[in-house]
Amino acid sequence: MALDPLVAGVPTPAITHDSTAYSTPLVSVAEDTTFFVRNMEFFYGDFHALTGVSLDIHGGAITALIGPSGCGKSTFLRCLNRMNDLIAGTKIEGSVLFGGADIYGSGVDPVDLRRRVGMIFQQPNPFPQSIYDNVAFGPRLQGIRKKSELDAIVEDSLKRANLWKEVKDILGRNGLAISGGQQQRLCIARVLAVEPDVLLMDEPCSAIDPTSVQKIEDLMAEIKDEVTTIIVTHNMQQAARVSDYTSFFLQEVAGEPAVLVESGKTNDIFTTPLDKRTEDYITGRFG
Amino acid sequence: MTPFTLRQADEQDQTLNPGMSPDLATTSPQHKKAELTLVSRTTQIKERALSLLFFLCAIVAVLGVVLIFAFVAVKAVPLFKDIGFLNFIAGTKWSVAQSKFGVVPFIVGSLVVTVGALAIGAPLAILTALFLSEVAGPRARAVIRPAVELLAGIPSVVYGFFGVTVIAPVVGRLFGGAGFGPLTAWIVLSIMIVPTIAMLSEDALDSIPMGIREASFAMGATQWQTIYKVVLPAAKIGIIDATILGMGRAIGETMAVLMIVGNAPQMFAGLTKPIATLTSQIVLGMGYASGDFQTALFGMAALLFIISMGLVLTVRLLSRSKREEGQGA
Repeated sequence: MALDPLVAGVPTPAITHDSTAYSTPLVSVAEDTTFFVRNMEFFYGDFHALTGVSLDIHGGAITALIGPSGCGKSTFLRCLNRMNDLIAGTKIEGSVLFGGADIYGSGVDPVDLRRRVGMIFQQPNPFPQSIYDNVAFGPRLQGIRKKSELDAIVEDSLKRANLWKEVKDILGRNGLAISGGQQQRLCIARVLAVEPDVLLMDEPCSAIDPTSVQKIEDLMAEIKDEVTTIIVTHNMQQAARVSDYTSFFLQEVAGEPAVLVESGKTNDIFTTPLDKRTEDYITGRFG
Repeated sequence: MTPFTLRQADEQDQTLNPGMSPDLATTSPQHKKAELTLVSRTTQIKERALSLLFFLCAIVAVLGVVLIFAFVAVKAVPLFKDIGFLNFIAGTKWSVAQSKFGVVPFIVGSLVVTVGALAIGAPLAILTALFLSEVAGPRARAVIRPAVELLAGIPSVVYGFFGVTVIAPVVGRLFGGAGFGPLTAWIVLSIMIVPTIAMLSEDALDSIPMGIREASFAMGATQWQTIYKVVLPAAKIGIIDATILGMGRAIGETMAVLMIVGNAPQMFAGLTKPIATLTSQIVLGMGYASGDFQTALFGMAALLFIISMGLVLTVRLLSRSKREEGQGA
């Protein structure tokens, strides 16, 4: 992994709206790097939330972001598909490269980015429509109209989300009428239906039942070769169980910006952390 | 700073629970038990008295509806033998001098005026609600929302006056005639029903969880796609409710319509030809009507009553089906 401290100073390239926007790499980035973040600063209005975050996200793997509440890990996650754009008064500095191209470059279409970088939220949020329509939502946005094609996508996505067996006979039922854990897997199926390159999961298991948690962890392992996954979790056992890489965020002083303390292979982070603060957190001394 | 904030919080707690005396909390457990029984008995009486009071207030509304309907119905009953129900409800000629009391022209007039006002006003109002709820920034909202609310506060006679002095002359110049007729009524009424539909639609839109909008954006939907494919379907029932209530407002509107619709008891024959509606005709006749004429007016009032009741029932049925859908039935 070549870490180039100069990258943050690279001027923003002229990037256009079209789909070739991501095809011209700015810097030579290791091939398996999906996101390449350097010297990122993030602000909510006057509040400086994150400072100096530099991180490589490995493709075809699961990365866990851990840390105590308010440490900015969700904020960081939402920077990766520009969901923070939707919050008024937010500001970001530094470089966030996706496949080598600056996602905050001028003219980059956040809508297209979000098609490639899907997101699962803490609260399951299916649309108040049928299960079928929920999963077909993304493909329909992309202009797929043919019933047989949609049927195939819906079935395949629900299977990949470990939900097909439970809902195959009730596809017409409202997405809000199934259990919370099923709703969350429905949301995952909805995202998988557009075949994203990356899946961002913001504490996806904190509001659902243990059986569904198990199913979600299983499916994460099954799809990780095709879909790079980044998961924010409060549950350190979960991070240790499911992830290949782990990053530890920490806000040391209230009111001060949070920092990325340490990143590495999950095994290393949990067994031989380099930073004292990581060790304290992992061993449960705070947070 | 900290001790002060703490004390302040304490005081707030006490004001929030005025019934809780401070010494009650410090007495021994046995004493507390005895006192609690005493307090709960008085509270019980107070609670009962209060719920009785609330019940009586609520009954006033029910009594009002029943009494008014009974009064109107009783006054309208002679219609069946003196005028003949068919002559009344299907008659196309209204002439007090000839004792012809067919109300079809007024039913048609009310329908034409209402449908037209809805056709203009509902899209205007729903788009306003969408703008306020989905698009507008805080500053635009701070200006537009009070403005829309103010529209609801303007007395209808002022709307009528506006129609007479501003809209009617323009309509008259463009299409000929005096400018009194359905077209003028559409324009004025559509503005009048905007606040009703816009405010209720906005409530419906605001009640949709932010999460599903986020989900839609995160799926790579544009703002327009999010509004059109996610937000609007989710708020559909609420918006239909709002539109039906706006329709009720339009059908029942009297003063403004009376001033601009032309008040000719004749069948609708064109957008600028004067007509009359159920409401405007009742007001015009009420002052001097007697005998069959008066009976016919009461019959029209009963008809209006039934129409608005039908609208309210529709809203109820719709919201019930919405609840069932939410439960996944």
